[in-house]
Amino acid sequence: MNIPATSTRVAASSSAPHRLGHLLRAFRQRLRDGDLGSTPVVIGLIIIWIAFQVLNPAFLTPANLVNLALQCAAVGTISIGVVLVLLLGQIDLSVGSISGLAAAILGVTFVGWDWPVVVSVALALAAGAVIGAFYGLLYSRFGVPSFVITLAGLLGVLGIQLWVLGDEGSINIPFNSWIVRFAQQMFLPNVVSYIAAVVAAGLYCWVTYRAQSRRAAAGLGSMHITETAVRALSLLVLLGFGSWYLNKDRGIGLMFVLFVVLVVCTNYMLTRTKWGRSVYAVGGSVEAARRAGIRVNRVYVSVFIAATTFAALGGLLAASRLAAANQSSGGGDANLTAIAAAVIGGTSLFGGRGSAWSALLGIVVIMSISSGLTLLTLDSSVRYMVTGGVLLLAVIVDAISRRSRASHGVA
Amino acid sequence: MLESNRRTIVPDEGLHVVEEVPLVSLRGVTKSFGAVKALQSVNFDVYAGEVVAVVGDNGAGKTTLVKILAGDHKASSGEVLYKGEPVVINSPADSRELGIATVFQDLALCDNLDVVANLFLGREVGDMALDEVEMEQRSWALLRQLSAKLPTVRTPIASLSGGQRQTVAIARSLVGEPTVVVLDEPTAALGVAQTAEVLNLIERLRENGLGVVLISHNMADVQAVADRVVVLRLGRNNGEFRVPDVSYEQIIAAITGATDNAVSRRAKAVTNEGPPA
Repeated sequence: MNIPATSTRVAASSSAPHRLGHLLRAFRQRLRDGDLGSTPVVIGLIIIWIAFQVLNPAFLTPANLVNLALQCAAVGTISIGVVLVLLLGQIDLSVGSISGLAAAILGVTFVGWDWPVVVSVALALAAGAVIGAFYGLLYSRFGVPSFVITLAGLLGVLGIQLWVLGDEGSINIPFNSWIVRFAQQMFLPNVVSYIAAVVAAGLYCWVTYRAQSRRAAAGLGSMHITETAVRALSLLVLLGFGSWYLNKDRGIGLMFVLFVVLVVCTNYMLTRTKWGRSVYAVGGSVEAARRAGIRVNRVYVSVFIAATTFAALGGLLAASRLAAANQSSGGGDANLTAIAAAVIGGTSLFGGRGSAWSALLGIVVIMSISSGLTLLTLDSSVRYMVTGGVLLLAVIVDAISRRSRASHGVA
Repeated sequence: MLESNRRTIVPDEGLHVVEEVPLVSLRGVTKSFGAVKALQSVNFDVYAGEVVAVVGDNGAGKTTLVKILAGDHKASSGEVLYKGEPVVINSPADSRELGIATVFQDLALCDNLDVVANLFLGREVGDMALDEVEMEQRSWALLRQLSAKLPTVRTPIASLSGGQRQTVAIARSLVGEPTVVVLDEPTAALGVAQTAEVLNLIERLRENGLGVVLISHNMADVQAVADRVVVLRLGRNNGEFRVPDVSYEQIIAAITGATDNAVSRRAKAVTNEGPPA
């Protein structure tokens, strides 16, 4: 580890063995600089899985993992929205209430009033978007801290949820309705899951290869072709093995597929579009973004809208999986689990750092803990304490890496 | 490469332009904040292919002048001319559209983004699919144009040194192909070697035919790169010198207001006649 700091920052040459060494050194340099990304959470997840597997061999069975995936989808979807607001250095405390409201709207209109499911879903999503627009307006017009706005939202929206439900404490959504079957019983057919794995890896390989050959043609540092191939192959093996393993039981739930697709799309939006760039810029330095001509208020409003819409969608998924909408939909720990997942996944609370993938990683960690402890027939009291401890650990890692970046002059 | 680079002024015709029409002029500009007059009927010109230093003590109105050029403040009265035409600069966007690029003292870079992202922030190539290759190529071209040395453009700004950050900020001001670059205290926080690098950059801007406004406290820097020095004192013009004709002491005298001497009287006379020939 006694390489001089500058040696790893030299632009890469392209001979393969040299590059591999370079990659490793760059990675170690990043770790030392405190630019941890998702490394800690991946390591943490592996430890958690090994620990639970040792404690109870049922943990890593296909049946349990299939359920785990389904459990992740609803709160994970909410968490994607939380990642977005955290990237701006803001917070949305009301995501739970909004998800509950969406569930209530679905229950009342779809079951109570016999609306077509599409219309009910659209209305619920629109309600989420309207709330987000309202937050965005309050924030950009009056400069009220988002913490307070969304704290008010938490209470206010909960009130709306109860009002929408009215006298009916709980509305059961019919098991044979499409939306409940989607959430509970629809799985990718085995063949489709393998095709999807091949297509995903092939697409990754093709896109990366094209981008890298363009870079090479432009005389910029580029990834060696073998590296592209190795990465695509690893992806293929990972997806293929995962599909095969889950297919031994019921397979991959469509709801989980939807969640992953949303993560991938959000990741694209964040990393490859002008809008995403402006989100990171505003999260990094509002003043710099403003001076660069970015319409900062639009970014805030769009992100709040996206976050509340994701929250509403998550609420719909949760209600469908439960086949019911009631007064406690979106209550309990849904709110804080969604926020904790984003932070555990590696999105910084201080804004400007993180990725859509942290929603996926974070929720898998939380749900693994929950599932593992349930298998050990431990009380939910323990689950809360352990999850709280993990969250604390994640925040400490974030704070330490921030300080480490500062001490390396890369804050 | 930038368009502005190709538009470098042809010598004989160019010299003529240099003497006739300033790129940007302030005429009798006054700016008041309530009862405080930060600027009082200040005149100021910048021509293509020259470096004008604006110097003055704290509270002399240097920053206010920058902010009027940048569109952060609107002049209370007086005229702003661009290439001889009266213009109104109401917002930073107006200023940018005119071709005035301002590099503020705090640089306004996003520490979490890499060099390329910062250079093209707000002007990314490609909307729904950013063209990273194009942007990275143009970044290198920009940096080469400034003969700037950065090991990589894919490192977050946070990991760069002060001089490198200043380089990025100056390079960024060139992305919009400006005609005038305003630099607010570009060397204030830099070490000796880094200061020299930035001074090189400023000369490079002048060679590229841009008008450069240099706000500085550092007389050594001013004398090293500026062609003209405009002295502000308590919000008023207090002398204008051609750098080769003036000594350090004379500039200091004008800044501090040790005014009642031949130098300042001559300076005032020169200022009233218009820009020195």
